[in-house]
Amino acid sequence: MPTTQELIAISPEIILALWALSVMFLDLLIAQSRKSILAYWSLLGLLLAGGAEFSLWGREEILFQGAFVQDNLSLFLDLVLLLATGLSLLMAKGYIKDLEMEHGEYYTLTLFATLGGMLMAGAGDLLIVFLGLEVLSLSLYVLSGFRRTEPMAQEASLKYFLLGAFASGFLLYGIALVFGSTGTTLLGGIAVAITEGGLLGDPLLLLGLGLLGVGLSFKVALVPFHMWTPDVYEGAPTPVAGYMSVVAKAAGFAAALRIFLSAFLQLAGDWTLLLSLLALLTMSGGNIIALAQSNMKRLLAYSSIAHAGYILLGVIALNSWGLSSVLFYLAAYGFMNLGAFAVIVALRDGEREYLALNDYAGLGSRHPLLALSMAIFMLSLAGVPPTAGFLAKFYIFGAAVQAGYGWLAILAVLNSVLAAFYYLRVIVIMYMREPAGQVAKMTHSPALALAIFLAVIGTVQLGLFPAAVVELAQASLFPFLGS
Amino acid sequence: MPGCKTYAILFPAMLQDYLLLAVLLVVATIFPIGGLITAFIIRPHRPGKIKGDTYECGLETIGETWVQFRVQYYIYALVFLIFDIETIFLLPWAVAYNQLGLFSLIEMFIFLALLLGGLVYAWRKGALEWI
Amino acid sequence: MVPVANYLILSAVLFTIGVLGVLIRRNAIVIFMSIEIMLNAANLAFIALADAKGSLAGQVFVFFVLAVAAAEVAVGLAIIVAISRQQGTIDVDEINLLKW
Repeated sequence: MPTTQELIAISPEIILALWALSVMFLDLLIAQSRKSILAYWSLLGLLLAGGAEFSLWGREEILFQGAFVQDNLSLFLDLVLLLATGLSLLMAKGYIKDLEMEHGEYYTLTLFATLGGMLMAGAGDLLIVFLGLEVLSLSLYVLSGFRRTEPMAQEASLKYFLLGAFASGFLLYGIALVFGSTGTTLLGGIAVAITEGGLLGDPLLLLGLGLLGVGLSFKVALVPFHMWTPDVYEGAPTPVAGYMSVVAKAAGFAAALRIFLSAFLQLAGDWTLLLSLLALLTMSGGNIIALAQSNMKRLLAYSSIAHAGYILLGVIALNSWGLSSVLFYLAAYGFMNLGAFAVIVALRDGEREYLALNDYAGLGSRHPLLALSMAIFMLSLAGVPPTAGFLAKFYIFGAAVQAGYGWLAILAVLNSVLAAFYYLRVIVIMYMREPAGQVAKMTHSPALALAIFLAVIGTVQLGLFPAAVVELAQASLFPFLGS
Repeated sequence: MPGCKTYAILFPAMLQDYLLLAVLLVVATIFPIGGLITAFIIRPHRPGKIKGDTYECGLETIGETWVQFRVQYYIYALVFLIFDIETIFLLPWAVAYNQLGLFSLIEMFIFLALLLGGLVYAWRKGALEWI
Repeated sequence: MVPVANYLILSAVLFTIGVLGVLIRRNAIVIFMSIEIMLNAANLAFIALADAKGSLAGQVFVFFVLAVAAAEVAVGLAIIVAISRQQGTIDVDEINLLKW
């Protein structure tokens, strides 16, 4: 029987679950013309859950016999997830109305997906990792095909579903093998079993860990498990693509941090080398293919793959600096990437979206504010000071150097230089090229403007005054690496 | 019983259990077939057009017997499948009920309420309408 | 008593069949069935290992995997039916609007 204390400690998750259900039932009562009420209602739920997170800050709660952990790490990641969800809902409100898919399920599924991510961030048991991942993924499969009569959306949904379920199979089999080797699925219990049972070189355990890694790599889209990403981002509704790029990635890295730090720290020698190879492939692969893109959503898809590669550096470094910089990077990435997607959402004429890179020509003179925001996001994604993206990269590369991965950091810097080319090209097109043919229009909406404004504030704020967030990120990792 | 002893020599303990199953299988096969054969022998034989028709809940049949069901029918199957699978959580709860105490009862009611909520949702969305 | 290694070999064979099915077959439904085989291979491994380890955790896991798999079927079939009604095919090689 759960104690009151446990129920209080898990209250953010409970609030969000109840809120998602309430949206589902309110949807049955509200007339089609007034569905946008649900957007505000969902935002209220996110605020309440966020408030509950804040009130829990500083408590280290281990709940339900270790199955769930509510510590600063999960609270920090939860806040990133909630913030990203809020931004994506602001983007989505007008978008789904204009594209005639304003159903209450959009909000329900978004909230459930966030709940899944939060469960992954606080998982203390591989079962919770699996369930959280499935709650997140199942919602995203449906969301990515939300324009269900649109062939491209259907295809995106099918591809994401088949590859996602395939990856779940690997993940699950990996969990089964780890369970077979250690006799438990509790993350803490696995670490104890490895020490006490002398399982360091156990082939069953290593194979299980490998399959687990493959499953997670699919979900966060590391090269060579990234094939689905650009197709799904292109076919999915733009706010959903933005949402996925941040929330699915943050949740995947959250689960990876939990699993690697709590359960497999003793096997670090085995997986860091493999991960550094993956990081190298992911950075280079994402950036090189991004160079050739002419569609904005595909460009951002490959850019998101490359960013996953950078983030991996912090995991590999495995020191307190590296891990807190992973958290900082996820927060910065959330602002700048969702901001860029919000600009794409804004650049549309009712139902007609302008996704080609050439549609951005002349944006600087026609919509100066929108172009300025996009320029800020692109500079930040490229890692130009004084933006959030620069500091995030600086911290994470510094941590890699400190941990003795200087060669990887150098390759990562070279990669950022390569990446700057395609980010800056967007700015050049916006300011220096005249539009040829049809001129891209912009949709004005207060919610969307608020989303872009918040993303700009976040990107600049984290770039100029990072101290507060860095301190929060460091406090989050204290229990793991305090010694 | 002396007979049992011979069986025990012939069959090891585990196989004896299977023997009981085999006996059950034979009886279960003979019983309905025997009924059908008896009915075949003693019933009057007067075929007619109406008697030869396909039986469909007592209604007159419309069209061919081999019709394709509309693809929307899969929604019923899905709704059934979800609820069917959820019952696997009820079984272990029921088995261990005596040791679990009051809270597990409340918990199970929460679980059932969620399922009921899903049913209401499916109903209001028209998933249970005959299309 | 069947040794646990036999169960693990069977489950590994099933898992391989599932993976190969996903990679080789082109019909979306058949690919999906192969994925289900993979999940059930993991279930078999879980139950055999739970018995060998004397831990109930593995069996509990299987319950949740079954429930998740059912939800996956619901979502997956809905997507596949939507595609077959709109595009008249569920061959994954013919569904190729998105390419780089």
